[in-house]
Amino acid sequence: MTRHDDRVDISRRAFIVNGALVVAFATMAPARLLAQKVDTLGTVILAPNLPGSLKSNPFLDAWIKIDDSGITVCTGKVELGTGVRTAMLQIAAEQLSVRPALITLVTADTARTPDEGYTAGSHSMADGGTALFNAAAQVRFLLLTAASSRLGVPVSRLTAKDGEIRADDGRKVTYAEAVKDIQLHRQADATSPAVDPKTFTLIGTSLPRVDIPGKVTGGAAYVQDMRLPGMLHARVVRPPLPGARLKQLDVTAVEKLPGVVRVVVDGDFIGVLADDEWRAIVAARALTRAAGWTAAPALPGYAGIHAALRTLPAKVYPTASRSTAPVSTKPAFTCTHTKQYVQHGSIGPSCAVAQLADGTMTVWTHTQGVYPLRGGLAEMLGVPLDKVHCIHVEGSGCYGHNGADDVAADAALLARAVPGQPVRVQWMRDQEQLWEPYGPAMATDLKATLDDAGNLRDWNFALWSTPHNERIVNAGRLAPATLLAKPFVSAPPVPIPNPEGDADRNAVPPYRIPNLDVTMNFVPEMPFRTSAMRSLGAHINVVSIETTVDELARSVGQDPVDFRIRHLDDPRAVEVIRTAAREFGWPYRGTDDRKAAGFAFSRYKNIMGYFAIAVEVAYDPDTNAVRLLRAVAAIDCGQIVNPDGARNQIEGGILQSTSWTLYEAVDFDEIQVHSNDWSGYPIMRFSQVPDEVSVHIVDRPGLPFLGAAEIAQGPTAAAVTIALSRVMGSPLRDLPLMRHAPFGRT
Amino acid sequence: MIELRVNGVLHQVEAGPETPLLYVLRNDLRMNGAKFGCGMGQCGACTVIVQGKPVFSCVTPLSSIGAREVVTIEGLGTLAHPSPLQASFIAHQAAQCGYCISGMIMRAQALLAANPHPDEATIREHMEPNLCRCGTHMRILAAIRVVAAGEHA
Ligand code: FES
Ligand code: FES
Repeated sequence: MTRHDDRVDISRRAFIVNGALVVAFATMAPARLLAQKVDTLGTVILAPNLPGSLKSNPFLDAWIKIDDSGITVCTGKVELGTGVRTAMLQIAAEQLSVRPALITLVTADTARTPDEGYTAGSHSMADGGTALFNAAAQVRFLLLTAASSRLGVPVSRLTAKDGEIRADDGRKVTYAEAVKDIQLHRQADATSPAVDPKTFTLIGTSLPRVDIPGKVTGGAAYVQDMRLPGMLHARVVRPPLPGARLKQLDVTAVEKLPGVVRVVVDGDFIGVLADDEWRAIVAARALTRAAGWTAAPALPGYAGIHAALRTLPAKVYPTASRSTAPVSTKPAFTCTHTKQYVQHGSIGPSCAVAQLADGTMTVWTHTQGVYPLRGGLAEMLGVPLDKVHCIHVEGSGCYGHNGADDVAADAALLARAVPGQPVRVQWMRDQEQLWEPYGPAMATDLKATLDDAGNLRDWNFALWSTPHNERIVNAGRLAPATLLAKPFVSAPPVPIPNPEGDADRNAVPPYRIPNLDVTMNFVPEMPFRTSAMRSLGAHINVVSIETTVDELARSVGQDPVDFRIRHLDDPRAVEVIRTAAREFGWPYRGTDDRKAAGFAFSRYKNIMGYFAIAVEVAYDPDTNAVRLLRAVAAIDCGQIVNPDGARNQIEGGILQSTSWTLYEAVDFDEIQVHSNDWSGYPIMRFSQVPDEVSVHIVDRPGLPFLGAAEIAQGPTAAAVTIALSRVMGSPLRDLPLMRHAPFGRT
Repeated sequence: MIELRVNGVLHQVEAGPETPLLYVLRNDLRMNGAKFGCGMGQCGACTVIVQGKPVFSCVTPLSSIGAREVVTIEGLGTLAHPSPLQASFIAHQAAQCGYCISGMIMRAQALLAANPHPDEATIREHMEPNLCRCGTHMRILAAIRVVAAGEHA
């Protein structure tokens, strides 16, 4: 077996050699604002004046097709378990004036739907929802205009409903007839016919999720459930750690195992195809035993990771700076926060099905971005873009960039070896937990002062992080492609431009502060591949900001909620804070010294949904047990499309963030990652679940959709940290709060 | 050939005796409900009921089932006629991605069959082995609670 010796994956990452940190530097792309004409989700802006994703897909017929077979609505966004399919249906049905059941909704498919880049960053409603909202309104208006000429009556005398346009004299034209008189292949207009949100019958209602009945009755719902005729089952065998190289592998015995169709070895990429899933697993286990690997480069270890972060070469990005008042002469408050690597930890490990037929590689995938994945796969396979077809099929919830894209690459590589036959690749649990890109470890330093009146005066915040955005911009971002005998090189990491931000997402406090300095130290090379996980850097940044604000308020005897309100100018921010405080019963008057409360607020990315939360936690000093008892949240996400769907998202976000904050850390030492199953990476269980979680919605009919999927993560973590610090009597600054090395290992 | 009784139907299965029940259900019998999550008895995504008891089908060899009856979520109810527990999960919209949900329903079903009116503490303790990453726990508990209280009966 031969391969190029300059092992790229390694040369990009930093390792400990003889006790010293070393890094081989790839040239950094110079500025984070390089990507002027490309949005943060990777799509090209063609029409900057249009609303939402119409900017990148300006033609109406990219979104809505009407013919004799009915109405088809296409969205480039995908269902990740957030209810987006139902919400998109509500929006399109509302604006087309039809029952949802009359619409066939097609989600991300490179042959059929608009390229909306990734379904990520709480953008689905703001971008995709807004695009559909406008496209559907414009199509409906065009249909009405066409019907008006057909029937010879003004639009004002027409009513559109459920696929028919009726005149007040009783004559009617169907949508399918009217559409023959108009051209839907036309650019959308910048503004759509106005609608009064009071007339909405679907937007703003809790339409039950269309996917849930099938999912609770054993329907085929996930890519894991696909069974194509003649489909083979495959498993991959990965190196024990990134950087280990294959020394020896004799596959002859494995090739003779029952059911084995093919063993594929290409460099360090190993896979086995079999006629049956269990036989594929048995064969993969035999391959694992047969393979000999070189030692992987040493890791910095759990305890040394934050020191390593601060030592490694970093690119410094000033994020915000202002100086509008004399510096305070009061003593400064300083603190340092840390966060460990975290895992997305999907319950269902990543899976994909691929088939090479008639020269086209079709891949069924639970990726967040079918178009970027298609680009990566085409480069990896050395074929033109139009020879790769990616179709989204749901997977287990992903919460960001998990193994979805990598397993799609596995499936494509293995399907290439058996032209014609569909191949299903399912990662095993340890592969998911060892090979998904982790959420980065981070560190922050904060220094703040008040003025004589007890108002915030100076704020200095610095943070250190590896990339939160190693999405698929080339083949080298796909892990299997880096293992091939001719390996691909991952593109150099570039942080997401502001205002969206990457590691520095929500690093700028939302409060009125005269002197402000916020800096991101972006560390491109680290032992673990890291990428997007729900809310990116906002998790620790909001913890840092909100715990500081809480301590500063208390240091001058002020209520932390009142203190926040005094420093905010945005009435929507104030309203969610007041709502959460009122519904919780703030100020907290608990008398049990084993219980305490915490409050936190942020506006996601400082430009999207508003979120305030109050929590009550209990701590038992005898057993060291902690539990979140009660969480009361308020949100403002603009016009709410589906209130129950938003509540479901927020409840989940609160529980997941609490789990991250209390328990979650990747356990690793110098030579090994121990978090390769649920015992090595515990997450919240039923005994740790709160008694009560309530979510109060401040609806804003007529205002833009802002998205809800990630807004709970930062403030929930902050409120839990504050409450726990209070009940324990000293500030807690290292995440996770309740689980630390040596993790019970001996 | 091994005989296997699932949801009241007797099947002749070709799989080897050591094959975990999960793969027999999913591949030989082409059922979707039981899910692969960990393959190690750590998450409950694969939970089915064997002779009234919730088991992790991923670590249960086919040969160990014998004549005992296996019930999967396909055996509770259908899209048109969901069981009370399935109907309660739908009514509470107790799913986000939904990947864990079949396992949750089967574990809860085993409890309710043995103890139709469990209290809150019993429900939580019984559900402890099953993981949900989406944080749907509050709705899962609410859906079970309503059936446990007999409000759906
Ligand atoms: S898949 Fe069986 S317990 Fe996780
Ligand atoms: S609903 Fe997604 S894992 Fe439970």
